[in-house]
Amino acid sequence: MSKVPGAPDRWSALKATTPARIGLPRAGQGLALSEVLAFQLAHAKARDAVHAALDVEVIARALGPDVLLASSAAPSRDTYLRRPDLGRHPDEATALALSDAAGDPVDLVIIIADGLSATAVQAHAAPLALRIADLARAACLSLAPFVIATQARVALGDHIALLLKARAVLMLIGERPGLSAVDSLGAYFTHATKPGVSTDADRNCVSNIKDGGLPLEDAASRLLWLITEARRRGASGVALKDESGLAPLLPG
Amino acid sequence: MMTAMFHHTVGRTRHVFADLKTLLARATPPRSGDMLAGIAAASAEEHVAAKHALANVPLSRFLSEAVVPYERDDVTRLIIDSHDASAFAPVASLTVGGLRDWLVSGEATTTALSALAPGLTPEMAAAVSKLMRNQDLILVARKCSVVTRFRNTIGLPGTLAVRLQPNHPTDDLAGIAASTIDGLLLGAGDATIGVNPATDSLPQLLQLNQVLNELIQTHQIPTQSCVLTHVSSTIELINRSAPVDLVFQSIAGTEGANASFGVTLAMLDEACDAARALRRGTLGDNVMYFETGQGTPLSAGAHHGVDQQTLEARAYGVARRYRPLLVNTVVGFIGPEYLYDGKQIIRAGLEDHFCGKLLGLPLGCDVCYTNHAEADQDDMDTLMTLLAAAGVTYIMGVPGADDVMLNYQSTSFHDALYLREVFGLKRAPEFASWLIRMGITGEGGRIAPPSVMPALITRLEGAAS
Repeated sequence: MSKVPGAPDRWSALKATTPARIGLPRAGQGLALSEVLAFQLAHAKARDAVHAALDVEVIARALGPDVLLASSAAPSRDTYLRRPDLGRHPDEATALALSDAAGDPVDLVIIIADGLSATAVQAHAAPLALRIADLARAACLSLAPFVIATQARVALGDHIALLLKARAVLMLIGERPGLSAVDSLGAYFTHATKPGVSTDADRNCVSNIKDGGLPLEDAASRLLWLITEARRRGASGVALKDESGLAPLLPG
Repeated sequence: MMTAMFHHTVGRTRHVFADLKTLLARATPPRSGDMLAGIAAASAEEHVAAKHALANVPLSRFLSEAVVPYERDDVTRLIIDSHDASAFAPVASLTVGGLRDWLVSGEATTTALSALAPGLTPEMAAAVSKLMRNQDLILVARKCSVVTRFRNTIGLPGTLAVRLQPNHPTDDLAGIAASTIDGLLLGAGDATIGVNPATDSLPQLLQLNQVLNELIQTHQIPTQSCVLTHVSSTIELINRSAPVDLVFQSIAGTEGANASFGVTLAMLDEACDAARALRRGTLGDNVMYFETGQGTPLSAGAHHGVDQQTLEARAYGVARRYRPLLVNTVVGFIGPEYLYDGKQIIRAGLEDHFCGKLLGLPLGCDVCYTNHAEADQDDMDTLMTLLAAAGVTYIMGVPGADDVMLNYQSTSFHDALYLREVFGLKRAPEFASWLIRMGITGEGGRIAPPSVMPALITRLEGAAS
């Protein structure tokens, strides 16, 4: 037995406002079997996204000629999942290659990293990286080459920034897949980054960048605001609230 | 003076543990986070030997040997300086093993356990939990009673509350309202209507805060709202005269881990005072809402070689300073590097709930998992059922158990209805009466049939949009 609770048209207006699983058909006080199975299928897809590999060549082609590659010290997906510490450090070959590639100090390095969803990175990271780079150059910031990093965690960016003599780092990284969203991209910005010293409190995060989530253009302008404001104030993280769209204060 | 070592001999093997924190780590049931930290027992035998040795440690030892140095950590200082020696007196002569036997005995009544809470340190609670099987953790937690109040009464015997968690990937107000209506129509929301915002943008936080407040005020819902943002943002909202009910913050069991959240005890003091000064609670002034989770200090590089479960208990030591309305462990959120699979998540959920209750906190649990952990909904069914048996204060209510903003799976509104049906659990009484008045449930608390939903949606939508 399965019935939609309430006339379908009352729920369809509400459902149009959110991807959340609302107004689900019930069996007794519980869920109808159709919903139980739909959930299990979504979970299966998310599990598959976690284990997918990033197609580095495709991303590199989209970014143009100025691209460097980096790998963390985690040699495999399985190790990456169990050992986040390894995902936060570059492997030896990467450390050598990046220090060779470093030029004069720059204001910013933009890193594209697989994180927990190569699917998200494949879908959204290259156009966002290119857009932010354009905005940053227009704001007279100097940029290191783009870096594509695999088996990477957020703090790997601190090491990459140091190796490339970048004063700030923006990492675009695949977020942990959910059931409705296996393609959600996160952006972590850290000003004056220092490996082993910078913590989450020093970072600003803009998350849920995806189709049906935060639009790419909005994400780019928020991030540029964070980048330029952090330069002005000399700090990122909790010291820097996102007031980019700050409306007037409460009436009264 | 040298620290005396701990030891236990099995056959011809003498297992030696250099200090208290090493002993605690080795005695902890296996979990990936302690292995990641390199402090787990090397063998199954060493693990049980450590439990034997731990059972013989006098509780008083925990008052003289801190697992994180007093001089270097404000959480340790808080724990030691606020220890209530007279409350501790009834168990002062016991060992950790003796405490376990006393806790499961008839002498440990609800009244005795409430009186004891301020006399136990988090480390004592963690230590005894390591000697307890899952059934012990359930039995003793069930005897603990912790009641808190803001606009309703949470934690009464025979009740289970639900946090309605109406998250939306872009904080769309209509979308958040839609999920809130869905939850209310399924009888959820007595713990709080608490939204995790997608960004920390102050204008958006302000709007969310106002929309939830308007919904609660318009329909006179006996519950409280919460926008789960950083404590510094909430202080800012209060400064801008926003209608803040509860102050949220993630906390952990060491000063360094709290620093990685950008939070200090002084900031929590300030926020707690500011929220109490608003006097928005009609029944009580429990204004704080904390979330915790095993593994946080390790992930922040601030674990001092202490096992993750002991540090989690220390986070409760922080929480109880503020007489919070709600505290929940987000047990499976942190990922497989800390709790690898369903078995580890289930054990950790029961430990956290037990330790929190023993220390006098209104402990709930976000029964949850991520898609990179080896767990699924059957594991969540097991944990929520065990926690309901243990008298958990509240669980989460997420539409269809799928959080579309935080990208993890928690418990659904329907899951709470399942627990109510199996265990006969009621809601916070004021909220239950409201649901009956609205026609959302019958007198017995069962949800109205689908045929009456359209009229209820119209009624609630009036103010939510």
